[in-house]
Amino acid sequence: MDWHTCSFYVLSVMILGSALMVVSLRNIVHCALFLAFTFMGVAGVFALLHAEFLAAVQVLIYVGAITVLILFAVMLTQKTIGISLKQTNRLAPLAVLSAVTFLCMIAVIALNTTFPTSGQHTVAVSTQTIGSAILGNGSYVVPFEVASILLLAAMVGAIVIARGQDN
Amino acid sequence: MIAVHHYIFLSAALFAVGIYGVIARRNAVGVLMSIELMLNAVNINLLAFARYVTPTTLTGQVFAVFVITVAAAEVAVGLALVINVYRNMDHINVDDINLMKW
Amino acid sequence: MTLTGIAEFIASFFGLPGSSSVWIVAVLAAAILLGFMLLTVLILIYVLRKLLGKIQARLGPTRTGPKGIFQTAADALKLLIKEDTIPVKADRRVFIVAPILVFVPAYLVYVVVPFGEGNHFIAKDLNIGLLYIVAVSSINVIGVVLAGWASENKYSLLGGMRSAAQLISYEVPQALAVLGPVMLAESLSMQDIVKAQGEGLFSWFIFRSLPLLGFIVFLVASMAEINHVPFDLPEGESELVAGFNVEYSGMRFAFFMLAEFAASFTICAIAATLFLGGWHSPIRGFLDNGWWTVFWFFLKSSALVCLLMWIRATYPRVRVDQLMEFGWKLMIPLALFNVLVVGLYVALGKGG
Repeated sequence: MDWHTCSFYVLSVMILGSALMVVSLRNIVHCALFLAFTFMGVAGVFALLHAEFLAAVQVLIYVGAITVLILFAVMLTQKTIGISLKQTNRLAPLAVLSAVTFLCMIAVIALNTTFPTSGQHTVAVSTQTIGSAILGNGSYVVPFEVASILLLAAMVGAIVIARGQDN
Repeated sequence: MIAVHHYIFLSAALFAVGIYGVIARRNAVGVLMSIELMLNAVNINLLAFARYVTPTTLTGQVFAVFVITVAAAEVAVGLALVINVYRNMDHINVDDINLMKW
Repeated sequence: MTLTGIAEFIASFFGLPGSSSVWIVAVLAAAILLGFMLLTVLILIYVLRKLLGKIQARLGPTRTGPKGIFQTAADALKLLIKEDTIPVKADRRVFIVAPILVFVPAYLVYVVVPFGEGNHFIAKDLNIGLLYIVAVSSINVIGVVLAGWASENKYSLLGGMRSAAQLISYEVPQALAVLGPVMLAESLSMQDIVKAQGEGLFSWFIFRSLPLLGFIVFLVASMAEINHVPFDLPEGESELVAGFNVEYSGMRFAFFMLAEFAASFTICAIAATLFLGGWHSPIRGFLDNGWWTVFWFFLKSSALVCLLMWIRATYPRVRVDQLMEFGWKLMIPLALFNVLVVGLYVALGKGG
């Protein structure tokens, strides 16, 4: 087994194991911790796919920012520390059913499709090439600007919503 | 040898876990976490296709950048809403947030 | 003898297949970096104590060994053999994981620090080097928050929350300040950034385009990132006992200390690399090869380390509202202004 295969399976176990923890543990802070592990595993998969830039961005945004935001929200919305209530509602069996159905559906579709995979090696992916793919020669300039406006709107919206009406 | 199918299965499994979480979780923050899992699954797929199907262009990676941007915006607004709901209702149990339901 | 050579020797000595030498190189490099990190921390703490003593007209440690040089080692030993307590009501698993989450990022940053010219003096010259540093060093916030939370102590929880707020606020100006050198060097690789500053003193990025501003913003934001003195609110002894790590003792406390001091060295190393020409000598072509580059690198980073210690001895701690205002209302606009000016400089320089 070469190192690529080996790393893929290790990362898969890490991702799926911690993802299951995220949706099943009772203590929501533990869930957030496992969420961070899932994100790191996904960053590892990105690196395996020769997307080092995105792997770093994944760690920076998801692990460094989103997980911390979630932890903040958890701590602001819990009355007592270390609370562990039942975290699933009565829809749980239905949820398992739909998740399994979805998985089977995708598996069947994926197995019956031949993807036009080309054997050749990927282009040299560097931050520069990604940058010119987004901004060079007008390819994704408009989506890029829209994304920045979206971020601005989200930022303003989040501040307005979170500060409340009282002041 | 790892092929594109392996990555698709991984991402489908992660997405399925996310679906389960979104439906079954009672805590609103837990629901948000599950949504993040699903977005990550999508990104794995995008990058796998970028690597194996269109190795000469970077479209998949560019899309993943946009997905990450949207995810960041979504989580910021989502958590602000959660905090506001907690302030008004003293809990963030999504099953009991039914003031608007007749 | 290179690391690869040693690895091949080990592989053949134990009769391992040739392909395993890659793994042996990785393990060896990791061990060397870890040893180096521990060594720098030992030296750093000793120098800090002596220097603080000098500045405050004291002697500093004198008892253990000649001029007290074994004091840090003795303290480390004390921490290692101390009882390892976990509060009864603490969340055991998170309590144990948190120091690791703080320590590992501080260690991982060493991977891309260029200690000298060429591939021998850097563990791995990633082409996303700088982004890697920014990304990896953002992980430790989780450790800090969880440490504060898991201790089941109001003081540590407050300390953890404050620290998280501070860390994520100052990450923004830090990342923006880093963009200046990146734009000037047109690369994220640490070695490329150093190579772009090879023309002597005035080609260093601290003096190019907008002098000093980027450097100062980076240094100040980084000081906030590593809880260095004017910004050491998370550990404000006078108000929070000791911040997020009150409940930690022994080994686990040592991890926090280790991470903090290791980070204060890497911050200086990165600042030297980005703004002070890294391993290049100040005069073009003068003693600018081989082990001399390592000498220049350590000279610059130690000078910055001493600067930080001087600041530590001089400034009083800021208040939490001052900290936030300073970060959001001054540092971020300044960093953005710097990005704008450097961007214009690069664009105009290219266009005509």
